[in-house]
This record gives sequence, C-alpha cells and structure tokens, in this order.
Amino acid sequence: MGTSDRITSLVTDNDIVLFMKGVPQAPQCGFSAGVVKVLDALGVSYVGVNVLEDPFIREGIKEYSDWPTIPQLYVKGEFVGGCDIVREMYESGELQALVNTPEETG
Amino acid sequence: MEQLLTKAFAPTRLEVINDSAMHHGHAGDDGSGESHFTVVIESTAFEGQNRVNRQRMVNKALGDIPGDRVHALAIKAGVPGELG
Repeated sequence: MGTSDRITSLVTDNDIVLFMKGVPQAPQCGFSAGVVKVLDALGVSYVGVNVLEDPFIREGIKEYSDWPTIPQLYVKGEFVGGCDIVREMYESGELQALVNTPEETG
Repeated sequence: MEQLLTKAFAPTRLEVINDSAMHHGHAGDDGSGESHFTVVIESTAFEGQNRVNRQRMVNKALGDIPGDRVHALAIKAGVPGELG
C-alpha cells in the first residue's frame, strides 16, 4: 500500500486521528503536546500516529493535506488543522461540535 | 518575514514575535536565537477564508522559512479588527 493510501485508510478507519511527534503519553514537541491537551480535555478517544517513527508518513502527511507542519488533526476523514487552529476551535466551542456530530448528519 | 508578509498581504496589523528565548535548550532550538516565532497578522486578504486556508496563505508567503530555517511558527491570522 502506498503512503497516501495508508494515510487515507488511517483517517477514514478512525474518527479522530492525530499525526504528531511522539505519542500521546509523551509528546516530543510543544505543538503536539498542545493538541494532545485539548483532545484530553474533550475526553474523546483518538488514534495518535507518531510521525517520528515513520519517515514516509512524516513527509506524506504534509503532501496529503497541503500543510507543512506537524501536528495535524483529522476528524471523520477531514483535515482540521494544526495546534493554533485546534486551540482556537476548542476555545470557541467549534471543536466540541465537530467531534460530537454524528457522521450521518455531519 | 515582515517584508514577505507585508508584500503578500498589505496587512493592517502585523506582529512578528521571536519566542526563541522561551524555548532555549529544548528540541528544535538550533542556537541561532531564531527558531520559534509567533506571527499575528490582520489583512482584508483573509476575508472569506477559513482558518486552514489563512494559515496556508501565510505559510506559502513565507516559502521555505517555516520548517527549514524556523522550527516552530505559530500563526494567528484574521481580518482587520478580528484579533483581540
């Protein structure tokens, strides 16, 4: 399976996916840690993908989303944003609405 | 960075803050003193664009600076008057 197919199946097989540096229990970057904190505050379950362990994903995810940086959050297959956007959406309540919307109506 | 952003967006507000000292000695600090930045920018160019597109626009305008010369770039982009 090619890298972009692997990414597609990761983000479609799982409702919430965070591509990050390190793992949720031990982020290796302040921005990744910031998103983990928000997701933990939401109390949602999510899949963390450590890009430091997979150079193909690390480069591939940037092309996939046309977004140059890690972390990257995906909800229901859609790219949401990096740390700044996730924080802003959490503060405004948009992120809560996004993760709690059933897929059928979303 | 100020020059590139001014040229690209004719911003009504632009602040480029060097946060590198806050991150001294940890991952990504290359000792240059120019590793971590925050950009605050307001421009009419961001009207009608969602957050993702606004950041894409800023990143594109900065070319290879984010990720290459600068390890970490926080971006707050809005239309004039939007940012507190």
